[in-house]
Amino acid sequence: MVGYKFCEKLVARSNQFNIIVFGEEPRIAYDRVHLSEYFNGKSADDLSLSSSSWYADNGIALHLDDPIQEINRINKTVHSLKGAVIKYDYLVLATGSSPFVPNIEGVEKNGVFVYRTIDDLDLIKEYAVNAKVGAVMGGGLLGLEAAKALIDLGIKDTHVIEFAPRLMPRQIDSAGSAMLQSKLKQFGLTIHLNKSTSKIAGEYKIESLKFNDDTSLTVDMLVISAGIRPRDELAKLAGLQTSSRGGIIVNEKMQTSDECIFAIGECALYNSMIYGLVAPGYEMADIVVTYLTGGDKFFYGYDMSTKLKLIGVDVASFGDAFITEPNCRTIVFEDTHKGVYKRINISNDGKYLLGGILVGEAEAYNMLLQTVNNKIALPPNPEDMILGSRGGEAAEGAGVMSLPDDALICSCEAVSKLAICSAVNDGASGVDEIKKCTKAGTGCGGCVPLVKDLIAGTMKANGQYVKNVICEHFDYSRQELFDMVKINKLKNYDLVLDHFGKGDGCEVCKPAVASILSSLWNDVIVKQHTIQDSNDRYLANIQKGGTYSVVPRIPGGEITPDKLIVIGQVAKKYGLYTKITGGQRIDMFGAHVNDLPAIWEELIEAGFESGHAYGKSLRTVKSCVGSTWCRFGLHDSVSFAIEIEERYKGVRSPHKLKGGVSGCVRECAEAQAKDFGIIATEKGWNLYVCGNGGSKPQHAQLLATDIDSATCIKYLDRFLMFYIKTADPLTRTATWLNKMDGGIAYLKNVVINNSLGINEQLEEEMQALVDTYHCEWKEVVESEELRKRFVHFVNAPEEKDPAIKFEPMREQIKAKW
Amino acid sequence: METIVDIKWVLACYADDVPANGGACVKHGNEQIAIYNFTRRGEWYATQNLCPHKQQMVLSRGMIGSEGDSCEPKVACPFHKKTFSLLSGECLSGDEFQIKTYPVRVLDGRVYIGIE
Repeated sequence: MVGYKFCEKLVARSNQFNIIVFGEEPRIAYDRVHLSEYFNGKSADDLSLSSSSWYADNGIALHLDDPIQEINRINKTVHSLKGAVIKYDYLVLATGSSPFVPNIEGVEKNGVFVYRTIDDLDLIKEYAVNAKVGAVMGGGLLGLEAAKALIDLGIKDTHVIEFAPRLMPRQIDSAGSAMLQSKLKQFGLTIHLNKSTSKIAGEYKIESLKFNDDTSLTVDMLVISAGIRPRDELAKLAGLQTSSRGGIIVNEKMQTSDECIFAIGECALYNSMIYGLVAPGYEMADIVVTYLTGGDKFFYGYDMSTKLKLIGVDVASFGDAFITEPNCRTIVFEDTHKGVYKRINISNDGKYLLGGILVGEAEAYNMLLQTVNNKIALPPNPEDMILGSRGGEAAEGAGVMSLPDDALICSCEAVSKLAICSAVNDGASGVDEIKKCTKAGTGCGGCVPLVKDLIAGTMKANGQYVKNVICEHFDYSRQELFDMVKINKLKNYDLVLDHFGKGDGCEVCKPAVASILSSLWNDVIVKQHTIQDSNDRYLANIQKGGTYSVVPRIPGGEITPDKLIVIGQVAKKYGLYTKITGGQRIDMFGAHVNDLPAIWEELIEAGFESGHAYGKSLRTVKSCVGSTWCRFGLHDSVSFAIEIEERYKGVRSPHKLKGGVSGCVRECAEAQAKDFGIIATEKGWNLYVCGNGGSKPQHAQLLATDIDSATCIKYLDRFLMFYIKTADPLTRTATWLNKMDGGIAYLKNVVINNSLGINEQLEEEMQALVDTYHCEWKEVVESEELRKRFVHFVNAPEEKDPAIKFEPMREQIKAKW
Repeated sequence: METIVDIKWVLACYADDVPANGGACVKHGNEQIAIYNFTRRGEWYATQNLCPHKQQMVLSRGMIGSEGDSCEPKVACPFHKKTFSLLSGECLSGDEFQIKTYPVRVLDGRVYIGIE
């Protein structure tokens, strides 16, 4: 990885060098940090950091499976295993490390593995097929990764054996380890601490482990992850200075004792320390590249703070994590219910943060690390840093702007706060642009939230107005574009892009324009299917595994027994999972894309229509049972809900729309949680608008009281059309109202008092949409040409996606995942 | 050292099987390959059909488009909108993913993919 990074950085900065790469492994450099993902579906290719063509394209000669055997420092040549002899001006050793295998009796037995390369993983994979009990020796970061890999391979009974009294001894303390241990137990790991293995027993293959305390454990396989040893044998042979404990000794320029030979990554020993993480390795690569291209940059050690996700558990350790009283004061938070442990160490005068440990939840990591590294004065209640402010609003993002300019924001790519803020000042305005021009956030991605805050903070500080443009291809807001498309009568995406946009469009503007076109002209959306989001393209909701779900419209939630029977029959025939939705209808899951037209043909035959559950359009109008049956009901809420759902069905909008009608104030239809809600009163209906469930629930606000049904529909026409024309893409009515200057009072003025003088127009526009309603599925079912699009393989149209698998659950199916 | 890569051209489908400015999936042995007909640019691309983010066989159903001043052609996975360069296969939304890309040739209305 570090060797590859070196090449990447060098070709980016200079074309003066002829680069030749020798590698021992048969593969090009791959991502060892995410090695365990090899066991949950990633292929060796997925893990590759580049491609062989990348090397060729950059003029780099690549010798794989051909390790250097000898360095002749006098002639400045290297000699490879396959006999290549190459002269060098500079030589960079990025030989990495090998797993340390302790000298225990029986390590040579079958079924004992190390965890380092893809080849190791292949061997483990093969052997694991016949193994029931697995063990990992070593409870450090890599050991736990290896244990996760064994679980992923289906070994339910996996043990971790650690010599030290705690897990991840280099990163976390005993209390943190205990918390981690209890979390890991839930994933099926058994942890043994204070265990020293004395013997690996078995005839030819491993059968059990014997420990120093005379206990033993029966196992079928063992993965050793007991630390690393720098690969310094080649350097040693060449007479370069190495340490007796391993590692090629380098100076702050990463030079070895031979000034033309450098060592970077895990094989290099700087100041008696091996840096076994990827970020410092990349930094070392950068230092050598800088030196070779005539710059000056030095290595003075590296912050080994780290945050990672281990088997789904956040673990972080930063600064001086282990310093104890009396050299500091510590604040500890422990929640065994949620499995969260946090510790921060602060200076005795309470002014500075020295370090800490987070287990179970590590959201505060970035800010804590910045506070340590930049010696930022602590707030009066330092505990707020791990508990959050309790009482009073914390100023979001303010902390970020107070960081000093040289604060390191992205440690993978060594990007400072100043670099990011300067990029913003130079015109970069989004995270993607920052990633491109500074590379910040392109490594582990952990700093992206900080980068976002910095962008927002810098722009605000500059008094910049953030215009709500749709995306890089359209320099207009949705509302502006809506009017322009309308005036120019543009009817397809390409025309809109040619007139008002640039580039070739993207996944943001395509569906946004599709929605505008639909709200204006109400044409059959599948005519322009490739500008639709996947759900609109296939007129169904894509689900885990790539199957779709089917929702026929059931207006107001009212359905006849005959139609219920048809749904049952269709679901049975096509093997679908059925569930009642929150909107009072029935969802059928697990449909292959190939089956969708046939399913709909049967549903339409029985009188169903598309439910538009896949669209940014009206979903359902939920109703209570109303005055026809309910002894409290004031009006017939079901009939009114059906009338309204029938009126607005198929109308496309910036986001989905949900409605509700309740027959009395008991509000059984939960109408006040909908985009529009109607509640019966003694004298008529009360109309509420802009409510929302979802992640930020918000009650709808009262727009009009005691109105009759006709007025209610008139107001709804105006309200909905006004929303459709003016909201930003993917903005629900609640957010739209929250952003509206003047709020509900302004909206009332528009809809009821016609303050903008547009009400007649709004009503006409809505009526046009109502009049042009069509069932999209009917259009598809009746067109051979459109039906043909519903295949998985265009070169094998009969064949369904073989990757889709189901498993049984409660007499139905679920996606196998 | 020079690497000579042996490319075999395989007939994947017909040009009109793939919608204008969109993608379609073809089966090649046990592999699923997504082919994109970038009509707007008069270009064709092919990548693996699997989105590496959540391991879903869906990239052919994603929207295509371009990014940046260089107009890098890209596809967005319909699941979580991770975007990938159609040229290099690199993930453009900042994650460390890489997808496989294949060379494409269109001759007489037939689409061929180059397999190494």
